Amino acid sequence: MKPAPFDYYCPRSLDEALALLAQYGDEAKVLAGGQSLVPAMNMRLARPGVIVDVNRLPEAAVIERCDGSLRVGMLARQADLERMPVALDAVPLLAQALPHVGHWQTRNRGTVCGSLAHADPSAELPLAIVVLDGAIEARSSARGTRWIAAGQFFESYFQTALQNDEIVVGASFPARREGWGYAFEEFAGRHGDFAIVAVACAVALEPNGVASEVRLGLGGVADKPHLAPLTAYCGRVLSQRDLPEIANAAVADIEPPSDLRGSARYRRALATNLAQRALTRALASARTACDGLAQ
Amino acid sequence: MEASRASETATVLPLTAPNPARRTWVGAATLRAEDPALLTGEGRFIDDLSPFPSEHHAAILRSPYAHARITRLDVKPALALEGVTAVITGADVSAACKPFPVGIETRPVFYPCAIDRVRYMGEPVAVVVAEDRYIAEDALELIDVGYDPLAPVVEIEDALHADSLPLHEAVGSNVVHDRSFAYGDVDGAFANAEEFVEAKFVFPKYASTPIETYGVIAHYQRAADTYVVHANFHGPFILHSLMAQALQIPSNRLRIVVPPDIGGSYGIKSAVYPYIVLIALASKIAGVPVRWIEDRIEHLCASSSSTDRVTWARAAVLKDGTILGLHLDQVDNTGAYVRAPEPACLYRMHGTVTGAYRIPAVAIRNRLVSTNKLPTGLNRGYGGQEQYFTLERLVALVAKRLGLDVIEVVRRNLLRKEEFPYHAPAGSVYDSGDYHAALEHALELADYPALMAGRESARAEGRLVGIGIGCIVEPSGSNMGYISIALPKDLRDRSLPKSGCTEAATIAIDPLGAVTVRLSTTPQGQGHRTVAAQIVAQELGLEPKQVEVLAELDTQTSAWSIASGSYSSRFAPVAAVAIRNAARKVAYKLKAIAAHQFGVAFEDVDLVEGAARSADGTHVTSLKRIAGAAHWNPSSLPDGMEPGIYETAYYSIGLLRPPDDDDRVDSSAVYGFVVDLALVEVDSRTGRVDVKQYVTVHDSGTVLNPMIVDGQIRGGFAHGLGGALFEEIAYDENGTLRSGTLADYPIPTASELPTIVIGHVDVPSPFTPLGAKGVGEGNAMSVPVVIANAVADALGANEVRLPLVPHRVWEMLQPNAVEAR
Repeated sequence: MKPAPFDYYCPRSLDEALALLAQYGDEAKVLAGGQSLVPAMNMRLARPGVIVDVNRLPEAAVIERCDGSLRVGMLARQADLERMPVALDAVPLLAQALPHVGHWQTRNRGTVCGSLAHADPSAELPLAIVVLDGAIEARSSARGTRWIAAGQFFESYFQTALQNDEIVVGASFPARREGWGYAFEEFAGRHGDFAIVAVACAVALEPNGVASEVRLGLGGVADKPHLAPLTAYCGRVLSQRDLPEIANAAVADIEPPSDLRGSARYRRALATNLAQRALTRALASARTACDGLAQ
Repeated sequence: MEASRASETATVLPLTAPNPARRTWVGAATLRAEDPALLTGEGRFIDDLSPFPSEHHAAILRSPYAHARITRLDVKPALALEGVTAVITGADVSAACKPFPVGIETRPVFYPCAIDRVRYMGEPVAVVVAEDRYIAEDALELIDVGYDPLAPVVEIEDALHADSLPLHEAVGSNVVHDRSFAYGDVDGAFANAEEFVEAKFVFPKYASTPIETYGVIAHYQRAADTYVVHANFHGPFILHSLMAQALQIPSNRLRIVVPPDIGGSYGIKSAVYPYIVLIALASKIAGVPVRWIEDRIEHLCASSSSTDRVTWARAAVLKDGTILGLHLDQVDNTGAYVRAPEPACLYRMHGTVTGAYRIPAVAIRNRLVSTNKLPTGLNRGYGGQEQYFTLERLVALVAKRLGLDVIEVVRRNLLRKEEFPYHAPAGSVYDSGDYHAALEHALELADYPALMAGRESARAEGRLVGIGIGCIVEPSGSNMGYISIALPKDLRDRSLPKSGCTEAATIAIDPLGAVTVRLSTTPQGQGHRTVAAQIVAQELGLEPKQVEVLAELDTQTSAWSIASGSYSSRFAPVAAVAIRNAARKVAYKLKAIAAHQFGVAFEDVDLVEGAARSADGTHVTSLKRIAGAAHWNPSSLPDGMEPGIYETAYYSIGLLRPPDDDDRVDSSAVYGFVVDLALVEVDSRTGRVDVKQYVTVHDSGTVLNPMIVDGQIRGGFAHGLGGALFEEIAYDENGTLRSGTLADYPIPTASELPTIVIGHVDVPSPFTPLGAKGVGEGNAMSVPVVIANAVADALGANEVRLPLVPHRVWEMLQPNAVEAR
């Protein structure tokens, strides 16, 4: 478990980092927290010729609220977010998802943006940002900054819309909005394992009780976070009795994999069950939010 | 045998008269002497040691195939890489080495490296020696190997097929061992039965997962023609003989040094020995000292594991639950080779095969098969978890068949205390126990009536709740003769008989009176140094902190024997006695010197509070001065006494015999007992098994240190729970390993462990002077079947397959169940 030979760069500015990526293209890999990349390199499953270590970049660890969003800088550790009550309060879904991300030891090093860029289909943070309809800020020396909607960012297993010369400089998670409720549910073999199935859910209620939005995403069931098509249930008053049907609809078009952790039908059953639980909790939390508004 | 065994208790050295004033250290919860170093990062593990200058590093090329012929092996490109010193292949190994001796008739050839054929994924194919491990791993990629894949043989029942491709051509079959045994009137038992209960049991392959992996640092010293090897090998040191034979050298030219700290083993590190030979050869060929530290990926694919087993079992019973006899047809899978001490997996429990029950007749057929899986070896509980999975599932099925409460069936068959020492039909002689008292204590701790009522009310709500029980005999201190029962009597008789469980210890007092103990028990975290200091302090009238205990074992300078090491829970019943006896020899000398100086009778001297004291209190001299006399002024010693204080004691429980002519063998020194009760709930939506309550009651004989015993029980429980709910070394139908990382080979962590309730009904063993029985393996043997019984009860299932991972349990609950692999 020793990595194949590679060249190591430790740029002191973002421009320098971007220049390296522009120079080395697909040979280069960005090292942030290293919690996925380093084991993969040690097992020689990943063999980048060039490592661009961004850990010394100034001001890259910023977490701030702006324009109804929580902006998380490229070097913000998962644990930084977890220890910031203001941030967790702003994005309740993240507060629920973060404890499932690895272990506190790995969260101390692992970055939020690194997890997004890594794009493991059963990881929690990609699922959360897709359900929240957040966005990823990518930058390159040639084309400057562009924002990529989360829904377009994840392409397949460990594949994103990021170009070889681009780096994720930040991510934007929409903050809680009036009348919204959120829930995150996960089933894993052990605490801290990658999810066998994870579900993130966000529901928005009008003051009259009509659901204006029902967003539900599934992790671990496809090659990327799967956003269930549930628009048919928007514009209706939802009761507990509707939830099994919505949960069934949410999993209707998934084709989960079969592996050591479970068969496709097991994953489908888990997904249905977790979806129902997540819907129940999200709806309840949205109702509480609405009651708060009414008062 | 009975009479001679009873007299065994009198063989101790009765040299120290009991003194009520003496501080009693044995049995105290003394804090561990090991912990300050371990907790501050000062442990000295194999990879912390730099015993040789200018060492090089080895990396091992491993087979990506389960079964293939090696058609081409070109190492030249690897040798050409800068920094590479040597590449060792199967050709070098077969030229320099003999195959390891194998303890079965068919003798499948086993070398530490593949010669012309690979037989499991991960098998060593070549060793690169380079200036550092990075270069060595780079060079692995440059070795050009051609493989011609062969049909893989993966599961036990595949290997039983006559048309499966034999792994070992010379053997000609994948059934490499087949012996049948019968004890008692088996035909009579089955003729008199009122009911028969029959079932097939499948037990999975899993491992130990110590934090520290294997490590070997070898130096071939040319002038002396000697291999000096540091390795975290913990015995049994009978394997030293096998290594010397494989290397074809006089055994005093293989010096093995075991570091003071080993980062856990639970049995698995006994199988580092083929790597000792391989890296020793690498050092000789490369002409440099060579370090090889196994990485986690290597460990998961190519270290060792327990066996998977299939058993077809049949019980002859009466309607009241009395078990009259058993038929057991057992097939163990030792993987690609039969690596010593295998086939011990089948025979460690042989004498104990009837467990805690009065089952007078048993017929056994034992087969071993070869498959394209990782070879097996010791794994905490060794053979016990497989054996008790069959026996305790069978007891549960008997109760179910007869419509009786399982506790009633257990009570009817469980040995009574007046039956001890109990001669089990297959040869084990159980020293002592009060199994019924332990059972009642467990039922009381669990509040069994409330447990039953809770189960009923939960079931009324539609919840899946079940109760499981297991009663197991926990053997400790293996009889080195038991493995030879794998050979038929005529073959056994051709070699010298083997028996006993010998261990040694040495105690020295230096010129300033400081006491040093040297162990040969190669501890891996169990706290042997702590307990040794307690024992010696008690014998010499000192405090444990005054006693320095060294755990390093050096085969050239330590006192050791074939049974030395740390396995089969042998410290408490055997090694502790060697330590005590060595201390008594030292005490004898100190008291003789003091009696001479004081001018009093030997009997009138006692050792208390760091001094020798005459009975009337008129003479008190510090141990420092008494011991000092033996160094500084030998002329002051009693006539004929040797100067110096350096005593070694060897101890074996003397009447452990080789197997008898009727294939009976007392496989272990002493026998503890464990009874466990579990309440589980299964989540029907996810298949998750939640252990709501777990009670374990132990008979561990005299407890030497209750804190350490408690830790051993908790550790054994965690390991057992791994086997029950999490761990399986899984292969697909091509023999490709599916559990090759810790993400795919999940072990329980603190978050997954339920709270357990521990009780004791300890009956000191009369067969060992300190009365202590082993305790570290019991729950590793019991927990898998107890959880299986509880889940079977919760689901109303007859067949349960471990590990009970959520998706497997969930699949069992589906109307059109398919077996989840």
